Amino acid sequence: MPVLPTVRPTRRQVLQGGAAAAGALVLGTYVTLPRRAFAQAAPAPINYDPNVFLRIGEDDSVTVLSKHLEMGQGVSTGLATLVAEELDAKWSSIRFEHAPNNPTKYANLAFGMQGTGGSTSMANSWEQMRKVGAAARVMLVQAAALRWGVAPAEVEVEDGTILHRASNRKSGFGLHASAAMALPVPTTVTLKDPKAWKYIGKRVPRLDSKSKTTGKAVFAMDFKRPGMLTAVVRRPELFGATVARVDASAAMKIPGVVEVVQIPSGVAVLAKDTWSAMRGRDALRITWDTKNAETRSVEDMLADYRKALSAPGLVALRRGDAAKGLTRATKTVEGEFTFPFLAHAPMEPMNAVMERTPDGVEMWGGSQLQTLDTNVAAQVLGLKPEQVSIHTMFSGGSFGRRANGASDWTAELANIVKAMKARAPVHVVWTREDDIRGGFYRPLALHQVRAGVDDAGQIVGWHHQVASKSIMIGTLMEPFSVKNGVDSTTVEGIVDTDYALGDLTVEAYNQKTAIPVLWFRSVGNNHTAFVMETMMDELARAAGKDAVLFRQALLAKDPRAVAVTKLAAERAGWGAPVPPGKGRGFAYHHSFGTRVAMVADVSLVGSEIRVERVVAAVDCGVAVNPDLVVSQVEGAVGFALSTVLRNRITLNGGRVVQGNFNDYEPTRIWEMPRVEVHIVPSSEAPSGIGEPPVPPLAPAIANAVHALTGQRLRSLPLAPVNSSV
Amino acid sequence: MVTLNINGTEHVLDVDPRMPLLWALRDRLDLVGTKFGCGRAQCGACTVHIDGEAARSCSIRVGDAVGKSITTIEGVTGKVAQAVQKAWQDIDVVQCGYCQSGQIMSAIVLLAAKPAPTDADIDSALAGNVCRCGTYVRIRKAIHQAARELA
Repeated sequence: MPVLPTVRPTRRQVLQGGAAAAGALVLGTYVTLPRRAFAQAAPAPINYDPNVFLRIGEDDSVTVLSKHLEMGQGVSTGLATLVAEELDAKWSSIRFEHAPNNPTKYANLAFGMQGTGGSTSMANSWEQMRKVGAAARVMLVQAAALRWGVAPAEVEVEDGTILHRASNRKSGFGLHASAAMALPVPTTVTLKDPKAWKYIGKRVPRLDSKSKTTGKAVFAMDFKRPGMLTAVVRRPELFGATVARVDASAAMKIPGVVEVVQIPSGVAVLAKDTWSAMRGRDALRITWDTKNAETRSVEDMLADYRKALSAPGLVALRRGDAAKGLTRATKTVEGEFTFPFLAHAPMEPMNAVMERTPDGVEMWGGSQLQTLDTNVAAQVLGLKPEQVSIHTMFSGGSFGRRANGASDWTAELANIVKAMKARAPVHVVWTREDDIRGGFYRPLALHQVRAGVDDAGQIVGWHHQVASKSIMIGTLMEPFSVKNGVDSTTVEGIVDTDYALGDLTVEAYNQKTAIPVLWFRSVGNNHTAFVMETMMDELARAAGKDAVLFRQALLAKDPRAVAVTKLAAERAGWGAPVPPGKGRGFAYHHSFGTRVAMVADVSLVGSEIRVERVVAAVDCGVAVNPDLVVSQVEGAVGFALSTVLRNRITLNGGRVVQGNFNDYEPTRIWEMPRVEVHIVPSSEAPSGIGEPPVPPLAPAIANAVHALTGQRLRSLPLAPVNSSV
Repeated sequence: MVTLNINGTEHVLDVDPRMPLLWALRDRLDLVGTKFGCGRAQCGACTVHIDGEAARSCSIRVGDAVGKSITTIEGVTGKVAQAVQKAWQDIDVVQCGYCQSGQIMSAIVLLAAKPAPTDADIDSALAGNVCRCGTYVRIRKAIHQAARELA
């Protein structure tokens, strides 16, 4: 998820918006961001003090404090790689821990506060973490030189060993660590020439593989405090409903249940173990006030969205004159595209532990926006932010869900702590049903597009309307991501398209519903790219041109984009005959600074689509760890595939129909295609890789289905194919 | 009182025999390597071995596990388990890692029964184990590597 809008605002735009951000509304309560959040008046000098980011042990171990949340993307290994490179550390001595919450020391330099998202982790840390390693190396060399009575210039560092060849002295880092860390941090450091890199650009093993394959990795779900109670919460079945009356008498009779408390988000049952808490919750009798609840079905909502599009919308972009251009079209393509609400459904359901201390509270959780979680917890509990200590834990996936401008799960836990009489640590645990029915979905979206090509096969006009609930309006991010009413995340991927579309009009329609929405891996791009790339396919056909060459002509001013499309096409055998019974489709998309092209091969089993092979090419700048880049692309295919084939949240009278993995089924191993990933070599600074491989998958598959069957599927999930065609 | 044999040790627990085995393992015995993912045998994150077979501990009552030999990720031993864990580490299968205890427990049962599984065998044996990060390409690769190691 991006916290930064991905229409690539200028720094100035971010700054101006950011100044207004402090004091914005979240969940109806005033929560202020640190003064610097999103709003550094001048770029603060990068903090590369090794004392902040490193701990060197007497045993020569080097522990890197990760300011970013490890949720599977491999960021802990990536950040440590940058440090180890410049430090000339031995990889086997590298460890990692999550950094404590501290918005100043551990800020994401792209956000101005502590947080992970928008595929910014490596990009914002690229210079900083290398400088941390370089500074630590200088300090260790100085300390060794002092101890040995030699000139620092004669001291070398090699693979975790400090040595002075002339006197044949050597040692590990540990011997000099405390002296080194007491030295002043060098005011300037020199970074290695890329030719000298030993770790960057090579595969180093993940730091979390061992603990995660032996059951020893501790997720928040696994964390315990003495005397800890478990809380489960009954939340309203209808979004926007509130508790009118609670009868907890039956719940209190369940063995193990200790207390029942009412909180703003529902009713919490606290018990001595998880199962008892769940049973207690089942026994609650609650009357809900549903007067402000959403009761429409998704079809009703789409009908309303469709109606909205008949009027002029908010202009997100007007370049050239789309209407006039379309009058020159000899062929036009128009279509309506719909996208369902989607639940993130990370494997580890939402949960966190909180405990009151003499100084305030401590929280243990998969905190992704630590600064917001800190401030929201403080606000709920009437504490100062510095009284909230967050221990960030491994998180079992997120895909956007754990980062929330409303900090919903932290706020709820803090409200339980505030309401409960027992003075015990408490672990709030969401069940899978709570997760899938809990809202904060990828917003429902409806697009209508009309575009045309002229006699020469050139695109001459493109009119694009998008109706969706805004993710950003009403959150702390609104001031810098919403301009003239247009939420940049609604139209990203269209207004900033790499294609040279001369006559382009994009209109946005903010829709209202009580259903809370949130960024879902790749945010707006996960629907906009589908529209753009299936439209490009149709327009290429209308123009009588090859789908890849058609795109490349429109990307000519961006050599990196062209290179990515070429690499994917070449490795996939684009242009060669496709075996009978198979269809091949292409898509390209640029998001979070990274360009990705994908070729999908599909076949049909009855009316079901099988994706057999995906070939991807990516340009993400320097691939700090190419194997982790490959694994993110493979994983994105596995993650996104079920959203292409079947995932959708539907509503019956406002009630979410789906509840668990039986009716909201993630991709399973038997349907996982072969995935081949090719990385364009680059010396540019790294950009993101967690999100960018998601957007092109769905259109590549839909285009392949069209190639195979002639059927143009314009909505996700893809409808069953008429296999007789 | 219920007596369970877990990882070779007898544990006497004061729990309702209807409590799912998963919660007895996690909340009473602190064996938290076995994960809660869905609570309805839909995701396999809670997979353990019961008398050598892969079983979803979220959907087995403690009372029904009495007299059986239960193994969790913390207690899994032997050549097959070591080969599987080593392959998982060599290939860096994991991403978030939350499902991987379950994946590994299922893979061990597969390899114990079928020393040279095909992709189809793997897909069938691990069909009940969801990985939301989508690490399936590497799961297949790791199982093949472990099979070669054991051959």
